[in-house]
Amino acid sequence: MAIVTAPTAKAMGFTEIDAPPRSIIDRCVQCGFCLPTCPTYQLTFSEASSPRGRIHLLRAVSDGRLDLRAAVVREQMYQCLNCRACEAVCPSGVQYGQLVEPARAQIEQAHPRPLWQRMFRTFIFVRVFGDMRMFRLASGAIALYQHSGLRTLVRRTGMLKLLGLDKQDALLPEVPLRFVIPSGQRWQPQGSPHHHVGLFTGCIMSTAFAPTDEATARVLARNGCEVVAVPDQGCCGALALHAGEAGTGRENAKRNIVAFERLELDAIIVNAAGCGAALKEYRHLFHGDPEWSRRAERFSASVRDVSEFLDTLDLVPPGRLDRVVTYQEPCHLAHAQRITAAPRRLLAKIPGVRLVEMEESSLCCGSAGIYNVIRPEFSRRLLERKLKNALQTGADTIISANPGCIMQVASGLREQGKRVRVLHIVDLLDEAYRSV
Amino acid sequence: MLQVRGLLSTMVLEESKSVHNDLISQLQNIVGADSVVSHPAELLVYEYDASLDRHLPAAVVLPQTTQQVVEIVKLANRFDLPVVPRGSGTGLSGGAIAIKGGIVIVTTRMNHILSIDYANRRATVQPGVINADLTHYTEHAGFFYAPDPSSQKVCTIGGNVAENSGGPHCLSYGATTNHILDLELVLPTGDVIHTSGADGDQHGLDLTGTVVGSEGTFGIATEVTVRLTPLPEDTQVLLAIFRSVDEASNTVSAIIGAGIIPAALEMMDGLCCQAIEAAYHAGYPPDAGAVLLVELDGLREAVEELVDQVSTICRNHGAGEVRRARSAAERAALWAGRKGALGALGRLAPNYYIQDGVVPRTKLPETLQFVEQVSRDIRLPIANVFHAGDGNLHPNILFDRQDPTNIERTLRGGLEILRFCVEKGGVVSGEHGIGLEKREHIAFLYTTEDLAVMARLRDCFNPRQLFNPDKIFPPLRGCGEVRDQRVAARLAKEGIYAV
Ligand SMILES: Cc1cc2nc3c(=O)[nH]c(=O)nc-3n(C[C@H](O)[C@H](O)[C@H](O)COP(=O)(O)OP(=O)(O)OC[C@H]3O[C@@H](n4cnc5c(N)ncnc54)[C@H](O)[C@@H]3O)c2cc1C
Repeated sequence: MAIVTAPTAKAMGFTEIDAPPRSIIDRCVQCGFCLPTCPTYQLTFSEASSPRGRIHLLRAVSDGRLDLRAAVVREQMYQCLNCRACEAVCPSGVQYGQLVEPARAQIEQAHPRPLWQRMFRTFIFVRVFGDMRMFRLASGAIALYQHSGLRTLVRRTGMLKLLGLDKQDALLPEVPLRFVIPSGQRWQPQGSPHHHVGLFTGCIMSTAFAPTDEATARVLARNGCEVVAVPDQGCCGALALHAGEAGTGRENAKRNIVAFERLELDAIIVNAAGCGAALKEYRHLFHGDPEWSRRAERFSASVRDVSEFLDTLDLVPPGRLDRVVTYQEPCHLAHAQRITAAPRRLLAKIPGVRLVEMEESSLCCGSAGIYNVIRPEFSRRLLERKLKNALQTGADTIISANPGCIMQVASGLREQGKRVRVLHIVDLLDEAYRSV
Repeated sequence: MLQVRGLLSTMVLEESKSVHNDLISQLQNIVGADSVVSHPAELLVYEYDASLDRHLPAAVVLPQTTQQVVEIVKLANRFDLPVVPRGSGTGLSGGAIAIKGGIVIVTTRMNHILSIDYANRRATVQPGVINADLTHYTEHAGFFYAPDPSSQKVCTIGGNVAENSGGPHCLSYGATTNHILDLELVLPTGDVIHTSGADGDQHGLDLTGTVVGSEGTFGIATEVTVRLTPLPEDTQVLLAIFRSVDEASNTVSAIIGAGIIPAALEMMDGLCCQAIEAAYHAGYPPDAGAVLLVELDGLREAVEELVDQVSTICRNHGAGEVRRARSAAERAALWAGRKGALGALGRLAPNYYIQDGVVPRTKLPETLQFVEQVSRDIRLPIANVFHAGDGNLHPNILFDRQDPTNIERTLRGGLEILRFCVEKGGVVSGEHGIGLEKREHIAFLYTTEDLAVMARLRDCFNPRQLFNPDKIFPPLRGCGEVRDQRVAARLAKEGIYAV
């Protein structure tokens, strides 16, 4: 029967606060159904790089058999893209995402980074992403850099290569000079409004993708919604949470909950899949805090991805666009929010648009928040695979619904010198309405 | 078996550290550093498969070519180390567990389809090719690979060969052994043989048939030539809903009794339907007593006729409703539910102990009544999902391994069910193999003489018993606990601790 050897030494396990819940670990019956969907397993065919393997490592830490500080634990928790494709196929319903984020938070606590790294992380997550004024300032600087001719100059001199920043520069999206600053501005429908919705403007969406935020508002207004850019909102907190900065993530969540609670809204509309997934899961951040749990629950219940919401409306017919498109599923839309049919139905409603499905449309493109910066090699291999699948369809436009994916795919196309466009689905819809 | 172990010995780690280092560096010379796993913490993820046993290997290697496999096997011989082949680790009888430590050879990077010959309806693949990928790859040409274990999107062809895996469609198409034409096998000596003639036919003794189902104890398959099957012209799927398991089992006998061999005939009880519905929303009624999933295929007109006949039989035997999937998408959804059933049981309890007994179809009703009685006796729920058409039961005892009182009852229940199957003229394993988990049970089925002949056959291939040791045959008892503690102390230094 159970042979149990006596503990010979003490392994550092999880602390109680924000530990990966044992109840979730125990749900995994190790059937292995997650293996073929996991991007890192598909690249390595190594069990440690699979969700089943990673859960087993966490189980070993939780059992006291493996030290939380072991190199393999850190490596695997950060090699994971947190794309959650495994969650969508798991027959026993393991909420893998709810394991990875706490595990990262535990690693950060157990294994403090060097002071300069901690200061840098605090600066990025608290000062820049935590404060939209700072964020806009930083984005503004990038826009200025791109539009003033400074970039051309810097690129010509080869300075970026010298500093090892040339790849990062290529990843930067073209930042427009005008941002959406949420301050209660409204978009009115023609005729009387049928829905009152709040727009979650986002950090990257409201700056680098400000035209997409505006397109979102226009498309909603066109379909009978009064849209308000709710003031005092900020970053959704997903980036901090993915990086194991639970406290900062919670602060972001509270601010957004407070900002949106003040208004009577039919729905909170979000157009970035990653933010949407985070907003819909705020309740997980407040375990053991009934007051905030309740408020988070109410907030999350009214969050809708823009495709999800438009799909429930009797859509005003868009104008004709002659395009061959293929659809790249954002992980946090397809896997985390399980929204796969709505965007395809919307595309089918634009006359002239022909959707050609690519192979592996739901395999991560390698963007995954800041993954492309911290794991450039894996990220590049996933991107190459994505581009190959997408280009094989012969599409002239690749449609997606998340800023990370759009930037990643666009930078890959730029590098390969391909003239295929990458658009957010609402940009395409907006174009179709404008063509009427 | 069901031993829940902490970190136990690995033969090499017991030896001096320098021997281990020597082994690892030689393995790295063969396959490269990034294809060898040697750190104890990283080996943890190779201590399990989808069954309940656990044990750490000394090293794991992920080769890509037959030649590399040959060299690894020869090296293992020089070090006197056990070798355990491993595919995707979805086995349900502990076949891929390195119960005596040693080297695990993982085939997941040997995943190329080498050649496809549609004219002669065959394909040659490396052993790590995923079962469903082969079908995905050949469908456009009108073919598929017929054996379809529920794990087909994950498990490897090599694993299928070793376990002689079955699947829902094996009722009419036959199990893996009916679809294997030739094997390239690396023997435990490191020699390479082919089991069939160049034409894929057997001349002389049927070596291919002998190796299929030998659970990695005869050698490691490095190339597999399989039969491709033409896709049927038409396929229809019915879901018949019953109030009780009894009604559903009687219907199974009636369908087969009427001379109909459906492509697949699967049963799920109420508990399974609840788990599946929660996971897949595929239309399995959670309040049913049992359902039958029936697939009929063939020429269009003939299938229509069969649909009518089967529906009538179901209704005559108490089905309150017979639903017909109206589209390929609906068919796929029903099948996804059936194939995910086992994993979905994780929603009901942390662990399941799956039985794989087979009884003659006519004994299904009384066997299932017996299973119900066992469930009451051991005070643990049992969920049934199985290949009803060929009498292959999968009662799953639901338990929590953290609770030691559960384990005794779970084991007892499993044993009683298997005994009953054998008493009724059945067997202890339909398709999951004997492996570690059922090796005590195999003695119910065979006499000492039968087993001795089998052991002699194994020894022809595997005379030193270094290949996948301690599998299939009843164990000789021994005690390794003192040794285990010593190794645990060593591992603790490496950042792993034992409980
Ligand atoms: C959810 C679920 C559903 C399942 N459904 C079914 C089903 O319907 N029918 C069924 O029959 N099984 C089923 N199984 C069991 C399992 O999937 C099969 O036994 C499968 O064939 C194992 O393949 P694998 O690649 O995972 O092999 P592994 O588990 O890695 O290994 C299994 C055995 O094969 C040996 N082996 C692996 N590769 C080789 C090789 N190249 N040469 C020699 N030996 C080798 C190993 O040593 C081991 O003994 C199911 C399992 C799960 C988890």
